[in-house]
Amino acid sequence: MAASETILQVENLVKHFPIRQGIMFKRQIGEVKAVDGVSFELHRGETLGIVGESGCGKSTLAKLLMRLETPTAGRAKLNGRDIFKMSGAELRKLRRNVQMVMQDPYTSLNPRMTVGDIIGEPYEIHTEVAPKGDRQRRVQELLELVGLNPEHINRYPHQFSGGQRQRIGIARALALRPEVIVCDEPVSALDVSIQAQVINLLEKLQDEFRLSYIFIAHDLSVVRHISDRVGVMYLGKLVEVGTEDEIYSRPTHPYTQALLSAVPMPDPDARAHRDVIRLEGDVPSPANPPSGCRFRTRCWKAQEKCAIEEPPLILRPAADNHPSACHFAEQRHVVA
Amino acid sequence: MTDHHLLEVDNLFVEFHTRDGVAKVINGVSYYLDAGETLAVLGESGSGKSVTAQAIMGILDIPPGKIASGRILYKGQDLLKMPKDERRKIRGAEIAMIFQDALSALNPVFTVGHQIAETLRRRLGMSKADATKKAVELMEQVKIPGARTRVKDYPHQFSGGMRQRVMIAMALAMDPKVLIADEPTTALDVTVQAQIMDLLAELRRDLNMGMILITHDLGVVADVADRIAVMYAGRIVEHADVHSLYKNPAHPYSKGLLESIPRLDDKGTALATIKGLPPNLMRPPSGCAFHPRCKYAQEICVTTTPPLLELGMERTSACHFAKELLDGRI
Repeated sequence: MAASETILQVENLVKHFPIRQGIMFKRQIGEVKAVDGVSFELHRGETLGIVGESGCGKSTLAKLLMRLETPTAGRAKLNGRDIFKMSGAELRKLRRNVQMVMQDPYTSLNPRMTVGDIIGEPYEIHTEVAPKGDRQRRVQELLELVGLNPEHINRYPHQFSGGQRQRIGIARALALRPEVIVCDEPVSALDVSIQAQVINLLEKLQDEFRLSYIFIAHDLSVVRHISDRVGVMYLGKLVEVGTEDEIYSRPTHPYTQALLSAVPMPDPDARAHRDVIRLEGDVPSPANPPSGCRFRTRCWKAQEKCAIEEPPLILRPAADNHPSACHFAEQRHVVA
Repeated sequence: MTDHHLLEVDNLFVEFHTRDGVAKVINGVSYYLDAGETLAVLGESGSGKSVTAQAIMGILDIPPGKIASGRILYKGQDLLKMPKDERRKIRGAEIAMIFQDALSALNPVFTVGHQIAETLRRRLGMSKADATKKAVELMEQVKIPGARTRVKDYPHQFSGGMRQRVMIAMALAMDPKVLIADEPTTALDVTVQAQIMDLLAELRRDLNMGMILITHDLGVVADVADRIAVMYAGRIVEHADVHSLYKNPAHPYSKGLLESIPRLDDKGTALATIKGLPPNLMRPPSGCAFHPRCKYAQEICVTTTPPLLELGMERTSACHFAKELLDGRI
């Protein structure tokens, strides 16, 4: 992918959720640091994959980018304008420009609405996109675009399979011709044979409309396939960012290495000669993250320095020269 | 090999009677399991992989379910013909099962220690103190840190991976010979999944259990299984040892699945897909159930259900063109 203009620039985004206790007078007794200082750029026509385990803050990040949550601190600039400072007409335009595809195609579609109403609903609010008489035709075009039969416009969600429903969700996201689509685990609820169909559809649409995707998923193979660049999150922070090849072939952060090593490979012959890294224990609570480097409690390389000094996400010239948040960043080949 | 396998499913047919008609969910499934080996049953939602396991365990909801015909032999004895109380002695003791969602499989209002000990007290008549002691031992066996104190915790106080370990501990309480693991790691993160799969492999080896691993994840299968049975629309469409199947699949469905998954070690180009959707089991397609989605389908596939072709080395495939597919002639 040729380097192109930056469409979305995220700077030091922070979201802390308060933990309150008490019945009448709720006292704040702590906070969950769901997203804690995340910065990245998204270019036009590019897919940025975000990977990480449950609780690492990737879905909160998605909600922030959709402006469904107000950040505790930080900025996110779409085409140079901070989305958290927008209001009125500008905010409406933002809502058009950034759309979302959700994980669960069963709960993200209203069962009482027809497919035509679901996909056409955005036009009710953004009337300027499609004049009233034109809507049905637009919706049918969208259905065709995502590979569904345009004649099924009056059917209800339950008449479709999981993969088809996900296509409806994608058509709805496309209705307002957005520039950025945030995909939060868009294929993880689908069967293997259907998953490939939806991934191919997302790639086709990206080429056709020059869409930029933020692709959030826990399946590292899917993310490698679809992404140009990948960010790895752990406990609210990005620990490593790089091109798809840098992250998968030349990872330098121990967490990335452990994550990759844990992915089972569909190749029984690889069993014997894979580099196996097994992490001990579970992810610490984001309400009380470890001092210094957040990964140090599970890291085999941890030294005293890691507990005191938080490693910044910077270029590490000694190790492949892509951003990595480890004091002891070092290349290790883990994908056989 | 002895004269019979540890567990053998023989030509099993299961149907569900619903308001809208009869869904034939299992259509002649046969497989076997020996001690100390792992058989992976691979399939997508609705392929019948879990229903087969439920039939083995005897936890199928009857009605609406109905075992139309077939045999399930455990150590040569047909479980389906056994009186209820004898069957109960086998279920959970000889053949144990763990489930995908540990949180809903555990009772939220009892401590995990109580739930593990319950089996021991009921079945072996152990005293409360002895049973709790054994529960701690079992929790240590599945590597739950601080088992002595955690035995008094409730399920919600455990993380997803630890809850799955508790469920494994419960399953191990009676020293089962067969462990059925139904998507045991699907709800877990990859690093935790790896821990649990390692644990299961270790326990299987140490306790010489036979394990049936039900999953949709081709990666997990390749990592742990000895043999694999691929299910589609209630039939086993291919059965082989894992190495042969991954190297050279003998059924278009297994081949399609292998080609459609993105690879961790290669970005690759556009993914190959299997067109269309899995069939509606109320109205299954004529002939081979896979023919509407198969790119090799011929006239015969529409008219005739393919028999299970023996391909040698205990390989079978339910495809008219299995030999051609293996030789690369189509």
